[in-house]
Amino acid sequence: MFRNVAELVELAESKNVKIAEIMILQEMEFSGLSREQIIEKMDRNLTVMEQAVERGLNGVQSVTGLTGGDAVLLQNYIKSGKALAGDLLLDAVSKAVATNEVNAAMGMICATPTAGSAGVVPGTLFAVKEKLNPTRAEMIEFLFTSAAFGFVVANNASISGAAGGCQAEVGSASGMAAAAIVELAGGTPSQSAEAMAITLKNMLGLVCDPVAGLVEVPCVKRNAMGASNAITAADMALAGITSRIPCDEVIDAMYKIGLTMPVALRETAEGGLAATPTGRRLAEEIFGSYK
Amino acid sequence: MKYRSAFDIIGPVMIGPSSSHTAGAARIGRVARTLFGKQPNKAIISLYGSFAKTYRGHGTDVAVVGGILDFDTDDERIPTSLTIAQEAGMEVSFTIEDTVMDHPNTVKIRLFDEDNELELVGISIGGGTIEITELNTFKLKLSGEHPAILVVHNDVFGIISSVSTVLANHEINIGHMEVSRKEKGQMALMVIEVDQKIKNEVMKEIERLENVSQVIRMVE
Repeated sequence: MFRNVAELVELAESKNVKIAEIMILQEMEFSGLSREQIIEKMDRNLTVMEQAVERGLNGVQSVTGLTGGDAVLLQNYIKSGKALAGDLLLDAVSKAVATNEVNAAMGMICATPTAGSAGVVPGTLFAVKEKLNPTRAEMIEFLFTSAAFGFVVANNASISGAAGGCQAEVGSASGMAAAAIVELAGGTPSQSAEAMAITLKNMLGLVCDPVAGLVEVPCVKRNAMGASNAITAADMALAGITSRIPCDEVIDAMYKIGLTMPVALRETAEGGLAATPTGRRLAEEIFGSYK
Repeated sequence: MKYRSAFDIIGPVMIGPSSSHTAGAARIGRVARTLFGKQPNKAIISLYGSFAKTYRGHGTDVAVVGGILDFDTDDERIPTSLTIAQEAGMEVSFTIEDTVMDHPNTVKIRLFDEDNELELVGISIGGGTIEITELNTFKLKLSGEHPAILVVHNDVFGIISSVSTVLANHEINIGHMEVSRKEKGQMALMVIEVDQKIKNEVMKEIERLENVSQVIRMVE
C-alpha cells in the first residue's frame, strides 16, 4: 500500500517494476479480483476512450451549441502542414478536445479522474501512441500508472472542482498523464514523479468557473492545455530536469490552495469566466430559452 | 482513504457531461427504482439547487429518468430516456424548486403504481458518488454501493436484536447500521448495509418477524 508519491516511487524502484505494476498489485489486493479480471476491466475503459476520441474527431456538437467541432478544425490544421507546434503535441490537444466534446454532447466517456477532465489522459495516450507504437498491454499499463498518481492526489488532496477548483480536475489529470507518458517512453519511476510535479506546479491555482455551470466553457479548452502541459512536462523530466519542490509537497500545496479558494471559483458558476458579461449573456441565452 | 480503487480514478464509464449532474443523477434514479422494486407507472421528480438551475444542459432530467428505467451510468439510452419512458407507459413530470437544500445537488423522486408509493431524496456529492438522505420521510444515509436491507418496523424494544439475530444465523456481517424514527413508539426504519448479497429466504425470515411491516432489499 502506498500513501504518497514518494512511497509509490520507492516501491516501484525497490522491486524494479513499473508503477503500473504497483497499482495492479494493490488493486488485486483491494478487490480480490485476479490480474486477468483487473486488466480486462481496464481494457474495457480503454476501448471506451478510443471510441470517444474517434467520435469526437468526426465532429460533434453539444446540446447548447457552446462546444463541438474544434477537434476537427485542429486535425485539418495539422494536415495543412502549417502548424507551428509539433504534430504530436497538437494531435494530443485535438484528441483531448475530441473526448471532452463528446462528453459535452452527452456521449459515452470514461471519467479520468472526472468527466470534466476526461480528455487529457486519453488525448495524450493516443497521440504518443503514434510515435512509440505501444502494445495494447502497454496502453493499459499507461492507464494504471495514471491511476496510481491520481489515487495519491484523490486521497491526499482532491479531484473535485467543487472542492479544489480546476487544478484538482484538469490539474490532476494533466499530472497523471505526464507521469504515465514518462513511463511509456522508458523513463524511471522517479522521472514520472518529476513530470507530475512539474505539471502540477503549472496548474496550481486554476479555478473552476464554468459558464452557465455547464461542463463546456472553458472545460474543453482547459483539457487541451492540460494535454499540452503534460507532454511538455514529460519531455522536461525525460531530459533530466527535476522539480525543486518534491511531488508530494506540490500536491499538498494544491490541497491547501483549494481550501483557501473562494466558493465563487469552485464550480458554482458565480465567478471567473462565468461572471464575465459574455459568460452571463450565454447563461441567460441558454437557460432563458428553456423557460 | 476516501478512494480505494484504481477504477475510482480511471472510471466510471459514463454518459457525459458531468459525473455529479449526470452519472450521479442516474445513480440516484436507479436506487429509487431498486427500492421501488419494479418500474413505476408514474414518477414526479423535484430538482433543487444546482440541479434545478442547470439540469437541461447537464441532462440531469434524462439521467434521473434513465436511472428510474434501470439504466446504468454508461447506458446510451440515457439521452432518449424521456421518450423511452413515454413508450413504456411511465408518466414523468418535473418540478423545479426554489427551496435551498443542505446540498446544492439535491433531487426528490416520488414513484407510484396502483398499490405502492415511494418518496426518496438523494444528493450527488461529486465524481458520480451519491447518498440517499431520505426515504418515505425517514432520514437516512445510504450510498447504494453496498447490499443493504431496509426494514420498516414498529418502534419497540428487541426489534433490532431480532433482525440482527436473523442475519447472524445466516452468517451475514453488518458493515453499517442505523435506525431512524419520526416519533417515539411509532413507525421506524432500520438501514443495514451488509457485506454479502441477501438471499430471498433471509428477506422472508425478517418479514415474518413480529412488528416488522416491510422489508426492502438494495443490491448493487
